[in-house]
Amino acid sequence: MARPEPSLKRSAPVFAALGDELRLTLVTRLGSEGPLSITSLTEGTRVTRQAVTKHLHVLEGAGLVRAARQGREQHWEVRTAPLAEARRCLDVIARQWDDALARLKAAVEQDE
Amino acid sequence: MGSARELLKIERSVVLRAPRARVWRALTRAEEFARWFNVTMEGDFTPGGRVTMESKETAYVGLRFPLFVQRMEPEHLFSWRWYPGSALPADEDPTKQTEVVFTLEEVPEGTRLTVVETGFERVDLQVRAKAFEENTGGWEGQLKNIEAYLRGAS
Repeated sequence: MARPEPSLKRSAPVFAALGDELRLTLVTRLGSEGPLSITSLTEGTRVTRQAVTKHLHVLEGAGLVRAARQGREQHWEVRTAPLAEARRCLDVIARQWDDALARLKAAVEQDE
Repeated sequence: MGSARELLKIERSVVLRAPRARVWRALTRAEEFARWFNVTMEGDFTPGGRVTMESKETAYVGLRFPLFVQRMEPEHLFSWRWYPGSALPADEDPTKQTEVVFTLEEVPEGTRLTVVETGFERVDLQVRAKAFEENTGGWEGQLKNIEAYLRGAS
């Protein structure tokens, strides 16, 4: 095994931005519930609206979310392309694991 | 979408028709490990030890990378940390490593081996220099599936 892949460089900020429980939760909620206001996003968390805003800006910096105006209120929505690209990077690494495990399986089963 | 959490970890599980002792040997004996992992390696695995590998994969022949053994609990658990970019970053920084954990579990057919790699949020992927060209094809369709999945469309 050994592992460089193409788009990992671009995905590094994505992984880094997701390395936080609250941010993971925010992205997951936006992904499953669609665009949400900061008010809705703050509900169900134990942090303040200001903290949520700060984390949204970190996610925005990594290209994971963007602000969109919906009626009178500002909403936040998830951008799926960077997530998909990050997923793709992990899929490449995962495939390398699959290959290695297949070779391991062949090795330990051949002498049984 | 599933959970963004899934983006930070890889998990694979496979049932091997071999006893745990056999699997443990294949995992932790240098000469056996080198064969299925497709590397040449210097030194043996010891808890807390450092091992240097050299890749034999076509795409990265000759690429050398270190692997830092963490825990070795015979026939149960084997873990290491490494730089997922394979190449050693100029400043060796342990906070930029991912962790790989193998666990072995006895099942009626033999041994269930699970490998989990975590810590992708920590790593500095800038060190990944070489492109993995052969994997660039066929991604477009997969990308659409992923995007649909992430949107929660089903």
